[in-house]
Amino acid sequence: MIFGFAVAVAGCALLVALWSFVQSVRNRLPDTPLLVALAVVELLLVAQLVVGVVLLAGGERPGSIATYLAYLIGCLVVLPVGAAWALAERSRSSTVVLGIACLAIPVMVLRLNEVWSGASA
Amino acid sequence: MEQARRTATGPGRVLVAVYAIFALAATSRAGVQIGTKFHEAPLAYLLSAFAAVVYILATVALARGGVKWWRIAFASCTVELLGVLTVGTLSIFDRQAFPDATVWSVYGQGYVFIPLVLPVIGLYWLRRTAPERVSS
Repeated sequence: MIFGFAVAVAGCALLVALWSFVQSVRNRLPDTPLLVALAVVELLLVAQLVVGVVLLAGGERPGSIATYLAYLIGCLVVLPVGAAWALAERSRSSTVVLGIACLAIPVMVLRLNEVWSGASA
Repeated sequence: MEQARRTATGPGRVLVAVYAIFALAATSRAGVQIGTKFHEAPLAYLLSAFAAVVYILATVALARGGVKWWRIAFASCTVELLGVLTVGTLSIFDRQAFPDATVWSVYGQGYVFIPLVLPVIGLYWLRRTAPERVSS
């Protein structure tokens, strides 16, 4: 994987997570700017999938292809499902839910890169 | 008559979200382990799959309302706590049996010990939302 890109994705997700937690402390419901920020992170994850597949097609191989694909695709599910769950009952807790969903992203991106550079599980 | 307070409201929604992430993590991990190298450590990978089922069940049960789902959630969280304690202890004493981490290995060390804390919070939340006996 391209390390700089991974750091950028993880960094953005962390920032949005932080923003969510600050908003929830301020007793705010999820608002449009926060949802737009979430969508930007999701777009970066889609770009990550494209880059990942292109690298695979180019003949490069991660430590475990199954694990690699699981992380690459699994990443994409978290934010939409998290947002749907958050918006189903709009309260201060739903802002926290968005933050938790965003926190999962850097962890998955980090693992993705470990798998890319040779880890097998 | 028994009435359940909602488990999936307020802070409960955050709990469901965390459970859902662990359900996803445990299911993918078990799926990859069983799909690609089951013969290497069948016991550990079956435990991985079992953990995944427990997380899925807990997520669904907490997200739903009603007395029946409250009971299923309570059972799942209890099994989860026993599971993380048992597998955690076994994985420390018998590393050979667990060559590849499960969610519960070394008390969930690979997941910053969240698997150990989560069932405790889950059980606490279930106590708070325990079904009330309502005389009618």
